[in-house]
Amino acid sequence: MSAEAQTSQGYIKHHLTNMTYGKLPAGSYCDGEAVLAQDGWTLAHCDEQIDAMGFEAVHLDSMGWAISLGLLFSFLFSRMARKAAANPGAPTGWQNLVEMIVEFIDSTVNDIFHHRNKMVAPMALTIFTWIFLMNLMDLFPVDWLPHAAATISGNEHLYLKVVPTTDPNVTLGMSFTIFGLMIFFSMREKGVLGFVKELTLHPFHSSNTLVMLVLIPINLFLEAVALIAKPISLGLRLFGNMYAGEVIFILIAIMFGSGLVMGVFAGVLQWAWAVFHILVISLQAFVFTVLTVVYMAMAHDVQEEH
Amino acid sequence: MNINMTLIGQSITFLVFVWFCMKFVWPVIRKAMDERTQRITDGLAAAERAQKDLGLAQDRVAQQLREAKTEAAAIVEQANRRAAQIVDEAKTKAREEGDRIKTAAQAEVEHEMNRAREQLRAQVGALAVAGASRILGKVVDASAHRELVDQLAAEL
Repeated sequence: MSAEAQTSQGYIKHHLTNMTYGKLPAGSYCDGEAVLAQDGWTLAHCDEQIDAMGFEAVHLDSMGWAISLGLLFSFLFSRMARKAAANPGAPTGWQNLVEMIVEFIDSTVNDIFHHRNKMVAPMALTIFTWIFLMNLMDLFPVDWLPHAAATISGNEHLYLKVVPTTDPNVTLGMSFTIFGLMIFFSMREKGVLGFVKELTLHPFHSSNTLVMLVLIPINLFLEAVALIAKPISLGLRLFGNMYAGEVIFILIAIMFGSGLVMGVFAGVLQWAWAVFHILVISLQAFVFTVLTVVYMAMAHDVQEEH
Repeated sequence: MNINMTLIGQSITFLVFVWFCMKFVWPVIRKAMDERTQRITDGLAAAERAQKDLGLAQDRVAQQLREAKTEAAAIVEQANRRAAQIVDEAKTKAREEGDRIKTAAQAEVEHEMNRAREQLRAQVGALAVAGASRILGKVVDASAHRELVDQLAAEL
């Protein structure tokens, strides 16, 4: 990327903007000039356009990388599963890795989740591997893929964010889905009434009906906050960690353009931060997985009556 | 940092991948791994059983060997005893045979002696008569002196 031609601020901003494809209202502005005479779906070229698109837009890069990596995961694991099923002998090559991950996830899930549910373990495996792969994209030097994409497409201002988990849509999309599943399983296990009771009769309880009536709204408020905090913290934790890591990589990348000494120093920093980041990406993938399983377990746990 | 339809897209993608994993990855690989675990467990158990069987077989072999040795020793001892017995019997029999032969020989000798004595006794009369005739210079009638001759013969 031509660093001299850009300001640092522009460079950072460019790196942190998604390739957004959305419905652009007619007459929206970009750099002071109006584009599009009428409403239409198009790629956004500047922040104003992205703002103008609002909710009716898709991050092509996030979705593209997420789906590609998800397909990679599905392909590798289903292939290895078939191989394991077809070949009764000792596992070889990638099969070892896949089985190791499966074994790891299985023991983790068994430690936390003690109910019968065919979905939780495969979901944990998908989350762990998929998020790990998405986080792993962070280890590509920040300019490689965007620059390659810009060169191939011929559009120098093409936005491309490589790490899907630095997009809150991605992390919150998953955590909200998990939230939905939590509520679904909670209602399935305890019944709608049981779920409502859980939200209203805890943590304060009184045998006096009148006092209880006063306590119910308080309980509901506390429990609702606790409930809603779960998916939001789950999604934002992953997003925050990855976003921060990405920003630091970008800041280090800026240093490469400021002289030889700074460049070498930046190289060392880049290496050190990448090594540290290997820990962060695995840890965040694991944390997300474990918390998902914990939430699922909480959804299945029937609390004893007070 | 814009929340948009990517959120929904990611939710759907997520559910699709989870469904795929639930359908085609997890059960298949879990089953294969469980089966392998079972096979390995069985294999180890079989090996252990075989080891134990081997131990038992070795014990049995040693036992049989010991029994065979004892039996062989008993047989040898019995054979020795029998041989000694046979030798003893043979000795006894030989001694008896010897005795019998000796007795028979003695009887024979006695018999021969008696016979010779009888012959001698038969001839002693004639000899005595002939001797007497020579001494007296006349014929002695043997029948006249039969009593005397018989007495002489009996004394022999």
